[in-house]
Amino acid sequence: MIDVKDLHKSFEEKEVLCGITEHIDQGEKVVIIGPSGSGKSTFLRCLNMLETPTSGEILFKGVSMTDPATDINKMRQKMGMVFQHFNLFNNLNIMDNMTLAPVQLKLKSKAEAERDALDLLRRVNLEDKAEAYPSQLSGGQKQRIAIVRSLAMHPEVMLFDEPTSALDPEMVGEVLDVMKKLAEQGMTMVVVTHEMGFAREVGSRILFMDGGQITEQGTPSEIFDHPRMPRTKDFLSKVL
Amino acid sequence: MEKFLADFNQSFIAGDRWLLYLKGVGITLEVAAVALILGVILGVIVAVIRTIHDQQHPGRQNAVLGILNGIAKVYTTVIRGTPLMVQLLIMYFVIFSNTRNAVGVAMLTFGINSGAYVAEIIRGGIMSVDGGQMEAARSLGLPYMPSMRFVVIPQAVKNILPALGNELIALLKDTSLVTVIGVRDLTKAAQLIQGKTYQALFPFVGIAIVYLVLVMIIAALIGVLERRMRASDRR
Ligand SMILES: Nc1ncnc2c1ncn2[C@@H]1O[C@H](COP(=O)(O)OP(=O)(O)O)[C@@H](O)[C@H]1O
Ligand SMILES: [Mg+2]
Repeated sequence: MIDVKDLHKSFEEKEVLCGITEHIDQGEKVVIIGPSGSGKSTFLRCLNMLETPTSGEILFKGVSMTDPATDINKMRQKMGMVFQHFNLFNNLNIMDNMTLAPVQLKLKSKAEAERDALDLLRRVNLEDKAEAYPSQLSGGQKQRIAIVRSLAMHPEVMLFDEPTSALDPEMVGEVLDVMKKLAEQGMTMVVVTHEMGFAREVGSRILFMDGGQITEQGTPSEIFDHPRMPRTKDFLSKVL
Repeated sequence: MEKFLADFNQSFIAGDRWLLYLKGVGITLEVAAVALILGVILGVIVAVIRTIHDQQHPGRQNAVLGILNGIAKVYTTVIRGTPLMVQLLIMYFVIFSNTRNAVGVAMLTFGINSGAYVAEIIRGGIMSVDGGQMEAARSLGLPYMPSMRFVVIPQAVKNILPALGNELIALLKDTSLVTVIGVRDLTKAAQLIQGKTYQALFPFVGIAIVYLVLVMIIAALIGVLERRMRASDRR
């Protein structure tokens, strides 16, 4: 579904991604772990072109994301993204947050979009918050809404960048539960996280990133129980 | 006491002088209002050009946009780097030396001047909106312009309005400079009357009070607007 070929990304002189080649299949739940500053976010953000790669190619369902001729807005409709800081639209209530993109992009009528939004809100037990504004919600509620806001676009893959890192500990569970349900329903997911329990339970494949490269990868048991590289062992010993 | 009344009479009432002040206030308000409208239009255009230019993807630079951005930068630098009175003199005695329509030139000059400041106010307002808002909109597949229109600009306006109000107040007070090109605004009215009656206290203190009252009215209106926005905000 996603093909990454020799991806490089530099900020000014500093190379942050140093040649990543990776393939992600439909239905996979890829979990990316690694130390801070290793390029996890940058890699994820290149996948939907929030960052423009310096070189290399990214194909999504066979279409080049990196080709300037590609309609990137069209491609992004099929790739949901969830951010560490939720990024709900502060000026809009929850219903408008969820319907803005589908309605403006003429994918749904307003009535259809609102019906779908209510269905989605029900799935995360927040249907009573449709009229609320983001500032009136807790972090966990905001993130659950950010997830279903993405789902309202009916994406084929969901990208998560540390979705629970900004949450108070007691709210981490409710967000991970939503993500687990999404995984069970067969969504293709790429998740950057420090929640190793989630990675082990939900991940179909773990990528360990260090210094702008994927230095080790495998199934959860391969990575967590039998890591091969010293750097991976070192990292895991600190977080587990 | 008698002298006080006589001076007052001579400064404001004799020869229907109050009419001169009234006309002056009219011109002052007209110049400020037209200049503000012009300034906001210019400011929005310049701010949009500069913001779009700065938010382009590196490596996908647009040449036309580059040139427009260059012009916008020179404009704000020159306008903000030279005295307003000098701009007024150049406009009236050099660029539009063939016209005697001093009020028109004053409106245009103040509008162009105000545009440079308004552009920076708007740009600052847009930049003050958290970048994550734009990213979230783009990640949903919304193009740049709708993301700006529905998400970023509504949040920027909240930061822009108070500063824009201050700009209007500064503009109103600065219009007294138009006397140097002979526009008969409120300040000029006082000068004319002083020349004729040799009274300085009443005319000048009088117009100072008028300016102050005008500024206080504008400030109050802005306050109402801000409170109303905060109320509709529910945040
Ligand atoms: N917009 C940017 N400009 C300059 N440097 C950046 C930018 N974004 C990220 N970086 C740098 O790239 C490196 C990798 O960052 P990031 O991908 O956020 O790492 P991670 O998510 O693994 O913590 C860091 O050293 C960071 O400082
Ligand atoms: Mg990160």
